[in-house]
Amino acid sequence: MCGIVGLFLKKEELRPQLGDMLTEMLITMTDRGPDSAGIAIYGDETKGVIKITIQSDTPDEAFPGLDGSLSAAINKPVGIKVISTHAVLTVPADTETAAIAFLEENGLRIMGSGQSMEIYKEVGLPEDVAARFDLRGMGGSHGIGHTRMATESAVTTMGAHPFSTADDQCLVHNGSLSNHNQMRRTLARKGVFTRSENDTEVGAAYISSRVAEGATLGEALEGTLEDLDGFFTFVAGTKDGFGVVRDPIACKPAVMAETDDYVAFASEYRAFADLPGIDGARVWEPEPATVYFWER
Amino acid sequence: MSTTLDMAQLDLRAVNTSLQAAAKAQANDEFVIENPRGSHAMACGLDGAIRVTVNGSTGYYCAGMNQEAEITVTGSAGPGVAENMMSGIVTIEGDASQYAGATGHGGLLNIKGNASSRCGISMKGIDIVVHGNIGHMSAFMAQKGNLVVLGDAGDALGDSLYEARLFVRGEVKSLGADCIEKEMRPEHIELLTDLLARAGADAQPQEFKRYGSARRLYNFNIDHAGDY
Repeated sequence: MCGIVGLFLKKEELRPQLGDMLTEMLITMTDRGPDSAGIAIYGDETKGVIKITIQSDTPDEAFPGLDGSLSAAINKPVGIKVISTHAVLTVPADTETAAIAFLEENGLRIMGSGQSMEIYKEVGLPEDVAARFDLRGMGGSHGIGHTRMATESAVTTMGAHPFSTADDQCLVHNGSLSNHNQMRRTLARKGVFTRSENDTEVGAAYISSRVAEGATLGEALEGTLEDLDGFFTFVAGTKDGFGVVRDPIACKPAVMAETDDYVAFASEYRAFADLPGIDGARVWEPEPATVYFWER
Repeated sequence: MSTTLDMAQLDLRAVNTSLQAAAKAQANDEFVIENPRGSHAMACGLDGAIRVTVNGSTGYYCAGMNQEAEITVTGSAGPGVAENMMSGIVTIEGDASQYAGATGHGGLLNIKGNASSRCGISMKGIDIVVHGNIGHMSAFMAQKGNLVVLGDAGDALGDSLYEARLFVRGEVKSLGADCIEKEMRPEHIELLTDLLARAGADAQPQEFKRYGSARRLYNFNIDHAGDY
């Protein structure tokens, strides 16, 4: 069992409240997933600049001076924002590959990268994880979050969701995949590699490899119905919005709500209880084996 | 007497304790629950003639094991609403999530919106009326009772069906193993007329098709039909 939440704002004025609304939803889902929590938030972006979110278990040693050493390595200016065990480094887009290689060589864990996406995830109760990163204070256009009750791999930072396997793309999952090892090998033969033993990361890598091959996100999500075996409710985030798909058996719960101001996704209705205007919202259960998509 | 219980002030256990005590006392009281906020196990385990209106939406297992009580949810209900109901009436004004009325032995579950997958799975005598559509694998292994659907049914309706009767007005995407369309006889029209009236459903019994078990999959002996 896990909890998933997602929120896509239609109204510009709500953007400063995104983190607060999403955090409330995330904490409500604690009893579906008390061992780890994470959030991908799509916020401000600067043209030509990539944000790389990294994690370290020893941030006090790893982060001071990191911007300087990375800047020296790529020979370009680098920005850094440290939040607890995570840091967001900003680099010119054309240096992204070199920057990630440098960071990995220096033992830092890559949470994700992209023009607008930042990912924060840690082991612990969702409430504690949210407080550690001050998720409530974060603004943005949309975001997805996950509370984890582990089944397929260890309770570690790298096992927490969301998983990102391409710029500005991420995935959260409730369920378990049964052909993930086979799919991991299939993807590896194509040169697509994952960073953990987790089944969901394979789902994320599958989707981003399909997108890299030219599929739309909608087509890639439809592909999961054919190529991934197991139980899943997926929410996939991109720079422009998010998509939802459930496996054909659909035993993992999902509910959606839409008003003039937002589209919200959650594992259970409870997560919507504090959203503004929820009493007047259109609330429905997404159909099995059907892709839903919201983009700006 | 009508009592309002506000879940903005009271926790779920306190609310359910009040409802269960009133049900046990056979007090025939009325309760209104405000701010249910999608709580789980709302108004479950009631075993007496009380009336409960839940103003809002509920989470898992609302009205589970209900006996005699009349429970209305003005919003939508999460998975497993009225699971194993014995008697009474449960009305959902909005939609119901998966396995609504599962294993129910009796009473009426009246869903004004849609029900999702596995509606009436393993039902054992309950009557379920869904004014909208139902999802896939509904009435799987259903043993007894009536499932009435004014809208459409999803894939594999009535798979491995025993003796429950299924009535669908709209399209059936596919029938499950051993489920077949059957003739609507006068007794079925009569039964459906009564069920539709009790559910306040705006439909004519003649508009429905009946589905039931082909009785090839389970060990049914027609000589013992009266014993089932």
